[in-house]
Amino acid sequence: MESLVTVAPIIEAHRLRPGALLPILHEVQDALGFIPPEAVALIARELNLSRAEVHGVISYYAHFRQIAPGRHVVRVCCAEACQAVGGEALAEHARTRLAGSDVTLEPVYCLGLCACGPSLQIDEITLHAQVTPEKFDALIEALEAAT
Amino acid sequence: MKVETLTAESAGESTSTLTRVRGAGKAIARTTIFVPADAAALALGADAVAAAIAQEAARHGIAIRLVRNGTRGMVWLEPLVEVVTAQGRIAYGPVAAQDVPGLFAAGFLTGGAHALCLGATDEIPWLARQQRLACRRIGIVDPRSLVDYIACGGGEGLRRARAMAPAAIVDAVTESGLRGRGGAAFPAGIKWRTVLATPAAQKYVVCNADEGDSGTYSDRMLMEGDPFCLLEGMAIAGLAVGATQGYIYVRSEYPHAVDALNAALAGAGDFLGEFRIEVRKGAGSYVCGEETALLESLEGKRGIVRAKPPLPAISGLFGRPTLINNMITLASVPDILARGAAAYRELGCGRSRGTLPFQLAGNIKYGGLVEVPFGLTLRELLYDFGGGSRSGRPLRAVQVGGPLGAYLPASQFDTVLDYEAFAALDGVGAGLGHGGIVAFDDTVDLARQARYAMKFCAIESCGKCTPCRIGSTRGVEVIDRIRAGDTRQIELLQELCETMTQGSLCAMGSMTPIPVLSALRHFPEDFGDKRT
Repeated sequence: MESLVTVAPIIEAHRLRPGALLPILHEVQDALGFIPPEAVALIARELNLSRAEVHGVISYYAHFRQIAPGRHVVRVCCAEACQAVGGEALAEHARTRLAGSDVTLEPVYCLGLCACGPSLQIDEITLHAQVTPEKFDALIEALEAAT
Repeated sequence: MKVETLTAESAGESTSTLTRVRGAGKAIARTTIFVPADAAALALGADAVAAAIAQEAARHGIAIRLVRNGTRGMVWLEPLVEVVTAQGRIAYGPVAAQDVPGLFAAGFLTGGAHALCLGATDEIPWLARQQRLACRRIGIVDPRSLVDYIACGGGEGLRRARAMAPAAIVDAVTESGLRGRGGAAFPAGIKWRTVLATPAAQKYVVCNADEGDSGTYSDRMLMEGDPFCLLEGMAIAGLAVGATQGYIYVRSEYPHAVDALNAALAGAGDFLGEFRIEVRKGAGSYVCGEETALLESLEGKRGIVRAKPPLPAISGLFGRPTLINNMITLASVPDILARGAAAYRELGCGRSRGTLPFQLAGNIKYGGLVEVPFGLTLRELLYDFGGGSRSGRPLRAVQVGGPLGAYLPASQFDTVLDYEAFAALDGVGAGLGHGGIVAFDDTVDLARQARYAMKFCAIESCGKCTPCRIGSTRGVEVIDRIRAGDTRQIELLQELCETMTQGSLCAMGSMTPIPVLSALRHFPEDFGDKRT
């Protein structure tokens, strides 16, 4: 229940905002990497919602995770503009390369880097464009080496 | 000598001028260098270039002013470094960090010759041929500086709006002919008038910046490159409809845009007057780009489409009258107010007035943002601007308007880029959408793309209506059987598409058939269909 120490002040900071649930969930996930089950009951109680409603929102949105991700999260764009320049081959390569790795691979449907695909995002902030399988391997090696 | 990285605002100066600072008691000329911090530029290594420039300048003992601007929109030239010289802004690109010492050696601070030198930025034909309105300041201003925004002509629309009656502001928007730039192309003035005419103690202005269509990035570029323009447009909308609170709903895939907007809001001072704006992050749901699903999401719920009526203009966010517009629609408003509705209306063709920021994407040689008046042909965009495919192979298909847009074969490349011409195409009600144009070369398999369209709908369907929720999954299965050789299933696919088109609650389910059927119609060979 250590996570609740983190979650409680987040709820407190946002609870009076109109439509507070998404901002709360974002901040919880930003702090913990995911939204732990024990946080659901607390958020529900504080926002006067049912647990089912909170769970329903978490599970509806692709962005929110219910289990802890790996050490890093790599999101590879799988949308049309990247498909036109080898995005599917890159995604397939990424699946093979990251099998059994502690780097979590997620699909993303467009990063807005459509004139310089295939593109990917690491840990929600670092972006890379025109990613070839070779460039992908180099990026992952750097991630793994950095620990 | 100290190398400083600072914004124009903190130096109290405009980026359009050569700047001078005091060093060791005397005035020293300090050259301004622009290195974009746009997400596309960052993805292509702009941060490393900026760091290398700062380091190299320090090594030479040269004082520079490094500004992180937005992108000029020529993505194939990113990172595009610009230097302010006596001859104006000179561009170099695409610059890699290892090019930087060579650039200094070549005297690029005074516009010196170098293999990467592109001459005066404004004279690059790709840029000079455009007519930018909404995007006129992107890449030119320091996005964090209100002073710079005002110096480059910003704020004039809001200033004028403050002296106008709400109905007069709405009239100006109506007379401009501006239509919703999110894809539906609904006349903006009618929406604005409805909100104005609906009495309520609390109304809202909501900006739809949930730019989910693949192949589109104009919202992102504007939010990152000229955020004050959007804030100004929203404040004008607030005055027009009687709202004091605005929300910008930005997709979570755009963290840099969220940061840029928050930085602009923090530096807005009293620019927006009484109007308050809050940035809210989406959470990876494509359907939340549909206006009623977006409102549900803003309220903290699952982003599920609402049945209309009631229209959001009458009962929207938290049940209040809500003006919800696409980001580019709102960002077009300051210019309309500043230069008059007639100047905007003068541009374009037919019932499509003004300009649209098109976005060239996918397998295209010169990809980027092309803001031009409606009326060019698709071919002109693809070849005169885009230069054909990036791979060098022939272009075989182009998808216009995102995942719900039609696949066009080369025989339709002469279609004029306006809303009506695209709506009339094959009679399927295709659209220009948000202006995204994704090019594919001749290695594309259109049956695979059709399958993806159904798959994407299955992943992203909100689940409220059956044709979309179930139809998309059945669609994937049927296309799989067709691709396995059972071409008798093509008829079934067509019937399924008919059901989705007629029976779905929103565009997600009703327009997914457009890419599927256009692929089937124009590329039957990819489906193994020999009936033609």
